[in-house]
Amino acid sequence: MGDALDLSLYAKPDQDGTLGVDLAIEGITCAACINRIEGAVRQLPGIKDVRLNYTNRRLHVAWAAGAPAPVQILPTLESQGYHGHPFVPLRAEQEEAAEARKLTRCLGVAGFAAMNIMLLSVSVWSGNVTDITPETRDFFHWASALIALPAAAYAGRPFFASAWRALKARTTNMDVPISIGVTLALGMSLVETANHAEHAYFDSAIMLLFFLLVGRALDHAMRRRTRAVAGNLAALRADTAHRFDGDEVVSVPVSVLKADDRLLVRPGERVPADGIVLGGGSEIDESLITGETARRKVAAGATVYAGSMNYSGTLTLKVTATDGNALIDEIEKLLEKAASAKSKAMRLADRAARVYAPIVHVTAALTLAGWLIAGASAHDAIITAIAVLIITCPCALALAIPAVQVVASGALFRAGVMLNAGDAIERLAEADTVVFDKTGTLTLPEPRVANAASIDPELLQVAARLALSSRHPLAVALSREAVQRTPYEGAVEEPGQGVRAVIGGIEARLGSGEFCGLKDNAVTDATASSICFVHGAQSTVIAIAQKLRPDAVAVVNALRARGLDLRILSGDRKEAVAPIADALGIVQWQGDMKPADKIAVIEELKRQGRKVLMVGDGLNDAPSLAAAHVSLSPISAADVTQAQADAVFLGERLQPVLDTLTISRRARRLMTENLWLAALYNLVAVPVAIAGLVTPLIAALAMSGSSLLVTLNALRAGGKRS
Amino acid sequence: MNVLIYLVPMALGLGLAGLFGFLWALKSGQYSDVEGAALRVLSDDDIEPSRDR
Repeated sequence: MGDALDLSLYAKPDQDGTLGVDLAIEGITCAACINRIEGAVRQLPGIKDVRLNYTNRRLHVAWAAGAPAPVQILPTLESQGYHGHPFVPLRAEQEEAAEARKLTRCLGVAGFAAMNIMLLSVSVWSGNVTDITPETRDFFHWASALIALPAAAYAGRPFFASAWRALKARTTNMDVPISIGVTLALGMSLVETANHAEHAYFDSAIMLLFFLLVGRALDHAMRRRTRAVAGNLAALRADTAHRFDGDEVVSVPVSVLKADDRLLVRPGERVPADGIVLGGGSEIDESLITGETARRKVAAGATVYAGSMNYSGTLTLKVTATDGNALIDEIEKLLEKAASAKSKAMRLADRAARVYAPIVHVTAALTLAGWLIAGASAHDAIITAIAVLIITCPCALALAIPAVQVVASGALFRAGVMLNAGDAIERLAEADTVVFDKTGTLTLPEPRVANAASIDPELLQVAARLALSSRHPLAVALSREAVQRTPYEGAVEEPGQGVRAVIGGIEARLGSGEFCGLKDNAVTDATASSICFVHGAQSTVIAIAQKLRPDAVAVVNALRARGLDLRILSGDRKEAVAPIADALGIVQWQGDMKPADKIAVIEELKRQGRKVLMVGDGLNDAPSLAAAHVSLSPISAADVTQAQADAVFLGERLQPVLDTLTISRRARRLMTENLWLAALYNLVAVPVAIAGLVTPLIAALAMSGSSLLVTLNALRAGGKRS
Repeated sequence: MNVLIYLVPMALGLGLAGLFGFLWALKSGQYSDVEGAALRVLSDDDIEPSRDR
């Protein structure tokens, strides 16, 4: 590769006047890697600063402003056995990092305030039953007020802001009762303190904020961890293109490509952008776009789509803007329609808040009225009413769902599933019908050797090792079988024909039938491609085809055993879908589906009242992912498709699909359980409060107890897999 | 009990010092790589090998 990637294109100014770039690093396995990487890069000329973040596997390298980017960074990493990929932080990730810092600051302030106020409160509580003087108590109350008011104003902002937004939009969420409760508790305590009363509720208000902030901060930390991994994987996909600058070819990131740029696409590379072929001819595999596994021949004047795999020849492209492109246009139109038609599923927490808030506020109002009618003074009636608001503290209720969410998304993360949407867990749990795409979803994203069983294993190993020297996609597929990963020395690739090398004194050839002197008619399967291999007197024809994911049959059977209705909708030919459906025992399958046809089927299923989980990877699946109730896609999916999916799963296996359903169903059950626990707690506590028997001590115990209960129950969401 | 007049503010002052310490640590990025920090302490590459060996 003569055209090294120019890191200057990614560089951003740092605070201290240097230029810096972030690299996602692949291959970090242990603590020693920190020193190996930093040490090697630091020795390069012109490097000002190197810092590896071990938590998110990112390396920050800085050099003097004005100087060109040191070209040796990536090769140096490569020589140490690591791969570095320039990384552009997504805006969503940056915003989330800022939000997380804000939450942690609020949490720190609330924690400090809660501890100090508790210290004072416990003294008052024990003093009230012994011999505290009213002056000392007043002093302690004023000190508490001094801490509580500024702390609540600072640490309560996330809740107040969210409650305000909800009220402005004329809805209510859990933050509305929280904000009202905290404000009233503080206000009442202030008035009581001024009147030298025995009780003040500063501790309740601040503890409430502290508990809730812990829940939110954990939720955020989990989401950031997922985002960091997703961001690194996006960088690893190495979206670079070879662009002609004059006569020279340079590697540039795909993000800087413009219409009318001329690109070079070599065999074995993915087409980096939509374009028109200017020169060269090749066969391209568009399975990532359409699901079709048969390759298409392209020559000058043909249109190619980003994500297609270039098979046989080198192509020169002219980049076109995405508009005026029939397929992409159709998909975008469908996407828009699907997104607008999607009924926004209401989140469980919001539903609970909508029931809960009016009940609490009406109960408090009734308490006030009841005590006034019963002849209590206005002061006592108001105090009791506010005590009702505090004791029904939405604490348990507000933690009930986020706590489960944190634990469940942690369990999903360990199972190799990363959530894109916050409410995906709830919707995943409701799925009763699973619609699979075929190519790249049920099958592995890349083709594999199909007839390994009928080939002499030793011969296959020699062929696979020879295949390492070629970049042709069929050879790459074959090379996955190689146990020994070092290429043969002196292997020569004849462009468009195959590779040859002298192995053990005898010439070996791998490639087309003509190149090997064989007739490649041994493979009769219409869905497979063949590649020939000769080594002296031995020869064989190797079939390369789409293969099912290794655990597809087991996972599909397990899904069926859970009573899920399974279907396949594929953009591929019927003859290619039939054997797959047969192997998996899925009766309801359809091939030759256009994106619009897939949506039509999903809409029909929705009309029947089913909750559809769509699992797909192709660009053609993106609209149906958006239309379905909930969606999953493998990490190998097209970018547009991944952006539509509610969750993305890693790896070669289909097991994550099963795990996702198991974990989210368990999580959903625990969420409901927690809501009932919180309701039960209120059922006991509210009558006590209405009777006017609640003291700050009882409030604090009730609040901590109920929060602890729902949190412990939520921990079960992480438990052992099925 | 007059001792409380200055003991309570002192306790608060110490608490505040801790809080500002935490906020400073957060701001200066001490929490941005908690796993790495735990491992870096184990590496002794920065110690020159002793000469008399």
